[in-house]
Amino acid sequence: MLKLHYNLERVSMGLVVAIIGVASIGGIVEIAPLFTIDETVEIPSDMRPHTPLELAGREIYMREGCYACHSQMIRRLADERDRYGPYSLAAESAWDHPMLWGSKRTGPDLARLGGRYSDAWHVAHLIDPRAVVPTSIMPRYPWLANTPLDVSMLDRQLATLARLGVPYDDAMIAHAARDARAQARPDSADAAGVVARYGEGVAIRAFDGDPGRLTEMDALVAYLQSLGTLTRAAWAQFGEGDE
Amino acid sequence: MTATLSLTERRIGLGLALGLALVGLVMAAAAGRGPLMWHGFIALALGLWLVLRLGASLIEEPAPPADRTGAYYDAPARFGIAMTMVWAVIGMAAGLWVSALMHWPDLTPPWAWTSYGRLRPLHTTGVIFGFGGNALIATSLHVLQRTSRARLSDQLSPWVVLIGYNLFLVWATTGYLMGVTQSKEYAEPEWYADILLVGVWVTYLVLYLRTLARRAEPHIYVANWYYLAFILVVAMLHIVNNLALPVSLAGAKSYTIWSGVQDAMIQWWYGHNAVAFFLTAGFLGMLYYFLPVRAQRPIWSYRLSIVSFWGIVFFYMWAGSHHLHYTALPYWVQTLGMTFSVMLLVPSWASAGNAIATLNGAWHRVRDDATLRFMFVAAVFYGIATFEGSFLAIRPVNSLSHYTDWTVGHVHAGTLGWVAMITFGALYTLVPHYAGRAEMAWPRAVEWHFWLAVAGTFIYIVALWNAGITQGLMWRTYDEGGSLAWSFLQSMEAMIPYYLLRTLGGALFLAGAVLCAANIRATLRQRPEVAHPADHPLAVQPAE
Repeated sequence: MLKLHYNLERVSMGLVVAIIGVASIGGIVEIAPLFTIDETVEIPSDMRPHTPLELAGREIYMREGCYACHSQMIRRLADERDRYGPYSLAAESAWDHPMLWGSKRTGPDLARLGGRYSDAWHVAHLIDPRAVVPTSIMPRYPWLANTPLDVSMLDRQLATLARLGVPYDDAMIAHAARDARAQARPDSADAAGVVARYGEGVAIRAFDGDPGRLTEMDALVAYLQSLGTLTRAAWAQFGEGDE
Repeated sequence: MTATLSLTERRIGLGLALGLALVGLVMAAAAGRGPLMWHGFIALALGLWLVLRLGASLIEEPAPPADRTGAYYDAPARFGIAMTMVWAVIGMAAGLWVSALMHWPDLTPPWAWTSYGRLRPLHTTGVIFGFGGNALIATSLHVLQRTSRARLSDQLSPWVVLIGYNLFLVWATTGYLMGVTQSKEYAEPEWYADILLVGVWVTYLVLYLRTLARRAEPHIYVANWYYLAFILVVAMLHIVNNLALPVSLAGAKSYTIWSGVQDAMIQWWYGHNAVAFFLTAGFLGMLYYFLPVRAQRPIWSYRLSIVSFWGIVFFYMWAGSHHLHYTALPYWVQTLGMTFSVMLLVPSWASAGNAIATLNGAWHRVRDDATLRFMFVAAVFYGIATFEGSFLAIRPVNSLSHYTDWTVGHVHAGTLGWVAMITFGALYTLVPHYAGRAEMAWPRAVEWHFWLAVAGTFIYIVALWNAGITQGLMWRTYDEGGSLAWSFLQSMEAMIPYYLLRTLGGALFLAGAVLCAANIRATLRQRPEVAHPADHPLAVQPAE
């Protein structure tokens, strides 16, 4: 064995091939089987993808690095279930490019945040967290409320995700920008189109309180309110609040 | 920088610089507005500056002296050391600032680019890839030449590697401030920066193999196995984890092709092996060269170094899934990750033990020489951090520690205690050598740096052990009535004193690094006094 190595370390290409070979095994064994997961993880029949407005909010969530302090993955532990709700299922993030499970809880887990607080609470909290939670250490994000949301790339974003397997159809892609505006303007004529394409469960509200304009705050709050609401499968598994 | 390049190398360099300027121009023009445009302008400016510099040298500077091939080519390594310290100060200062924001959150100015979430990746990228990466590249070029007794295979590609790598870092970090991120932890840069890094890395590998090929020593020294593993596996991890589909070629945004569970597994296969092959293998290469050199003792056991090398290369690649215990990842993958993480302790402690046993007979030097003491403490912290890592990977332990500050403390035990300490030890060995001096300009400052670094690390990790365990216990404690005893907010309020201590530890560590940077600068500016007559290649250089 030592003799073999004695010879190996005289040949640089031998070392290169050996390192690549030895280092590949673990990854191949653990990762390759996960691609059969489509056969083992069933996408719940009631699951919908994010609306364009929620997707835009997700981009803001990533841009501001929210994932560094908030996880979106409830583990299978009793205390997590009692604190946050039913544990996260693989199917729930199946369409997430990338997943935002996170690795640190400086703040609480957000996987089941949707519907827990009012839109007004979220807006106040994002503008100044200490206005509603006096001992919070979360940063303030006041500029979200007065930055208009850029919707010009949404159709291409949806199209890109569709190519990667997220079920956005041609109508969804074509109406992406219009749907984003309509979701934050409940009395507009287009609002019905959002419901028609994404289902009854979609919240259609002036998330930042002002239906007259579409801001980054609208998008982020729409996203936060959608967390955990894209499917009821996790609740159904426990027989809790299954609607 | 340009005087030793051959005329052909200057012409090729000029062509590459023109190419870079052109790429920058196309990026800026195509993007129209937004971050990609600024990144195009940065590339354009750098390309034009290099064009001017190389053009002037072609016209004005004479052909390089023919006897230059009789010496090692250390100018790129010297540049790499300077960049190491620049990024150390930027990255650690960013870390200290975001740490302070955790107890004084209202200090954040009202501009988006100054907010915590955008500065935090500046810290992680700055210290891991800026400080660590430049240190690895610089020391690897030094070690490669000395252990091969051969000059670098050419004089242009080391500059392509270092300048390209630092352009990648500038794109990455300025991108975060403008909101450009993939949000994949430790792989935040977007697709165009990732492509640049692939080009840089391939150049680095080719340079390494070509130089090894002309070595005058029959055997490839252990340090080079580690540097090679670092280069090869990081390439593999980087490419697989960053496969993405850009939304538009004229914009920064892309979507990773991976989703959900597969994305999580690939992310942590990448993430944990970035720890393994960036923050461990590369720095073990550093240890295996600089520790014996400074201690003036040969490595204690050759066999042990073989066992630990292949153990690390094999076992680490299985361990990533311990980041995903109790999640939606299939249970058997979690179990495999846990098992291999525990087994990983064997090669890790073999390396740490080999390093410490090498110091046998040189303990008086450890006592008297702060530089060697840096390396000794690094080996001890390597042992501590790898033990802690295996421990935290055990599923029930992980149920307590995951998501808490214990993980952050563990990471810093490794990065401050091991990675940074071995780097400082290597730099304090290397810099006087390059400066042609017997020792650093301010030897007392090395002693000060040592104690600042040790005290800072110690305060940091003890504070976060306490923070993490407190958090984990508060989250899971039930009262007599069977409901959760503490709200999340109460657990967060309990963290405040520990966060304050962490800031103090970080401040001490940063102060030491600033002292180190100033000391290095002062030393390299001194007049050379000591000659190293034996420090030259044995290999015959091919005629150019």
